[in-house]
Amino acid sequence: MNQGLLTVSYIGATILFILSLGGLSNPETARRGNLFGIIGMTLAVVATLLGPRLAGASNLALILGAMAIGGAVGVFAAVRVKMTQMPELVALMHSLVGLAAVLVGFANYIDPTAHLTGAEKTIHEVEIYIGILIGAVTFSGSVVAFGKLSGKISGKPVTLPGRHQFNFGLLIVTVMLGKVFLNASGVASGMTPLLIMTLIALVFGVHMVMAIGGADMPVVVSMLNSYSGWAAAATGFMLSNDLLIVVGALVGSSGAILSYIMCRAMNRKFVSVIAGGFGTEGGTPSAAAGAAPAGEVVPVSALETAEMLREAKNVVIVPGYGMAVAQAQHTVFEITQLLRSKGVNVRFAIHPVAGRMPGHMNVLLAEAKVPYDIVLEMDEINEDFPSTDVSMVIGANDIVNPSALEDPNSPIAGMPVLEVWKSTTSIVMKRSMASGYAGVDNPLFYKENNRMLFGDAKKMLDEVLNHLRG
Amino acid sequence: MQIGIPREIYPGERRVAASPDSVKQFIKLGFTVIVESSAGQEANFADEVFQEAGAEIVPDAKSLYAKADIILKVRGPMAMPDGKGHEVDLLRAGQTLISFIWPAQNKELMDRMAALKVTVLAMDSVPRISRAQKLDALSSMANIAGYRAVIEAAHHFGRFFTGQITAAGKVPPAKVFVIGAGVAGLAAIGAASGLGAIVRAFDTRPEVADQVKSMGGEFVSVDYEEEGSGVGGYAKVMSEGYQKAQHEMTAKQAAEVDIIITTALIPGRPAPRLITADMVKSMKPGSVIVDLAAEMGGNCELTEPHTVVVKHGVTIIGYADLPSRLARQSSQLYATNLVRMMEELCRTKDGVINVNMEDEVIRGATVIKEGEITWPPPPPKLSAAPPQQAKPAVPPPAKHGHGAPSEPASTKEVLTVGISLAVLFALVGAGAPPAFLGHFTVFVLACFIGYMVIWNVTPALHTPLMSVTNAISSIIVIGALIQISSPGIMITILAALAIVLTAVNMFGGFWVTQRMLRMFQK
Repeated sequence: MNQGLLTVSYIGATILFILSLGGLSNPETARRGNLFGIIGMTLAVVATLLGPRLAGASNLALILGAMAIGGAVGVFAAVRVKMTQMPELVALMHSLVGLAAVLVGFANYIDPTAHLTGAEKTIHEVEIYIGILIGAVTFSGSVVAFGKLSGKISGKPVTLPGRHQFNFGLLIVTVMLGKVFLNASGVASGMTPLLIMTLIALVFGVHMVMAIGGADMPVVVSMLNSYSGWAAAATGFMLSNDLLIVVGALVGSSGAILSYIMCRAMNRKFVSVIAGGFGTEGGTPSAAAGAAPAGEVVPVSALETAEMLREAKNVVIVPGYGMAVAQAQHTVFEITQLLRSKGVNVRFAIHPVAGRMPGHMNVLLAEAKVPYDIVLEMDEINEDFPSTDVSMVIGANDIVNPSALEDPNSPIAGMPVLEVWKSTTSIVMKRSMASGYAGVDNPLFYKENNRMLFGDAKKMLDEVLNHLRG
Repeated sequence: MQIGIPREIYPGERRVAASPDSVKQFIKLGFTVIVESSAGQEANFADEVFQEAGAEIVPDAKSLYAKADIILKVRGPMAMPDGKGHEVDLLRAGQTLISFIWPAQNKELMDRMAALKVTVLAMDSVPRISRAQKLDALSSMANIAGYRAVIEAAHHFGRFFTGQITAAGKVPPAKVFVIGAGVAGLAAIGAASGLGAIVRAFDTRPEVADQVKSMGGEFVSVDYEEEGSGVGGYAKVMSEGYQKAQHEMTAKQAAEVDIIITTALIPGRPAPRLITADMVKSMKPGSVIVDLAAEMGGNCELTEPHTVVVKHGVTIIGYADLPSRLARQSSQLYATNLVRMMEELCRTKDGVINVNMEDEVIRGATVIKEGEITWPPPPPKLSAAPPQQAKPAVPPPAKHGHGAPSEPASTKEVLTVGISLAVLFALVGAGAPPAFLGHFTVFVLACFIGYMVIWNVTPALHTPLMSVTNAISSIIVIGALIQISSPGIMITILAALAIVLTAVNMFGGFWVTQRMLRMFQK
């Protein structure tokens, strides 16, 4: 295969990838989109294998062997992963992209076949340097994110004193090392600054994600998604390969947009999320001094909940991370099915940051076979709450907190929330009265028309289901 | 502490202040309960059921009053029907009485009880705030009265309520006119429309129109501008001009409808006269008027309290004991209201009550505290208007995910971003070799395509989006593939390792995406 054919194949792959992402605008076209992605990837890999730079059967065997090992691991993980663990899997995959970018960067640097001079050499080295930098940050950041999501590392934000100065210091050192690296006479002398920089980037990635708390994870996961894209794009520049550049740019902007959507859903600035710690940028003291929610909490039993649901005409279910933790989505679906068969209009309201990654709740509900046309976004359903009889909040807290709208001093003030308190009755399922991730007390619990159903979401929902059947 | 439930002594009173369920709940709160023998008989609660619920039965009122610390009753204390003694005389200092009292109408009773140094909570004085709804016995009794009013009307009305077309001819539906859409009025509207009648309703408070509609009624308005809402959800006295317009409207309705149910009451005043003798005359023979305000003087001029009269061919029902006529139901609801009251009084659930005058609900209900008359309470805060909420400093949540990329950024932001991009591009253009610029062009354009495409992704598919972008970012494998043939074992190892890693992503990413997408079903 000559260079021309290779380029054309790459263009074809590029188009297929764009179609693949475009297909996700709708669940109907999404499956076909994924197929386009697979075809595009196959085309790109096969074309490269047959291309002019690859020759020799020995390498082919090595390549196929490597791909077989990796592929087997990947498929095994993909088949075995529970839908509640998707955020972990995604974070882990980001780390692999990052690590691969680092490896390719090093390989490229020590490659003796490249003969560049002058500005081209400098640019190439800058590309290597940046590519490895982004790759390393993505790698270590994703590993920490994985640890936090899977509970291996505490979800609490770990904030060192003077962490901004620390980060800034790392940046300065990185730039200075970059200068040393560019001035290095050969591969051997350039390797030292490159390795040190890699270490610094790894530390930076760990430090950055450690400082971010559990509920900000949707932002972090999408941000790392973005980084993995930029890492691929940087690798593309390094190898002068347009396909990598395009794909990297697509993935990078995708992750960036997701981060932006998540930040807006929490009414927070991207910078303040990344800077870490929740509510540390003012607002908290006045909130603590402000009026504590007055009124009393009215607990209900599963039986009463079942009765309220049975008598309702319109029910909205608001799932949160608690539903994922309790693995309650299947029970939720059975309740939904039962109520729908009785003519109750049951719908789901999904807050953009519900769960630990963008769209997490949708996937869980889809797994439980909840039809996607009754799963609605916040903007679609918020105005329907006043005509809703019962809103059932399952393991969510901050996303239904009225103080976001009512109390300008609240740390979550201005965050758009699901206005469940406007429905005739709201039932909140929660393990205890502990406040949500943001550490903000939730006045919803004290509202006149709110009921609390305490207990493990799965267990309580099973009871509700039994009462509904009985 | 011990709760005592005496038998009601008022002639014809069939209610009782407890139900077996309420007894159980009192015991849960830590109280012991004694019930006077045959107290619940008329409400179909036998002594045995109370015993089963955990109460002790005492033979007579005297021993009950002597033992109990808290007396729960329906009607306020009154003279024995046989003329021998008065219930007040059974009370003793330190005791607590909870019942209907109507302190405004029963000045003498209040003084007598105050002299005895008892504490009295009046169920009729519970403030009408949202928190106190669960112990609002007036509402629960009014609800029953409204329902029963319709049943009484149906009993005396010689026709069906619902319209029918039968082989024997057509039956028009009955037309019911309800005056006053409070709790009783709304219950009457619901019951009457449930029976199939055409229901119209009127109230001086225009905001209840929606409630009337929700119960199946049609709201009739008066063509006159005046707002009739008073403090605490009650109606107030209206101006003369309004009353005249209202009179005309009522007269018109009276001539048309078959049944009139009046529930108009203004607190602390005689019931307004809304139906004149002339209006009664204008009604069709066989029509029925149920006057729920009979005890307060009646909304109809011809009402005779406590009895049924037929005047000008119209049956006028003046019963004042409608809740008592549904004794089991009203006892049950009243008992539940009392349970809620006891819960308020005994937050600690240890069987000891605390008459906390700081609590708005308890303060409102307490009319005598240890011999001191504390009625009337400070006026209730307006229930309808919550304190003005601070306007949140929030931009309205923007639509997203439907191809509408965000709200327009401010000019300043656009300018900043634009200038910095221009500077960046100028630097790149000045310093970079043409080969790099070609790639740079591709990169920038790809970013734009990504931006356009991703905004179209539905939020429901954000997780699959992430996993598929993960899969396609394994395109980095191309880099490794190109590297692997380069000389040097080190490069080969690095590249092979990179291939393994990216292969995990490639296969795993696409596979899991497919798995997820397969789950999205309509």
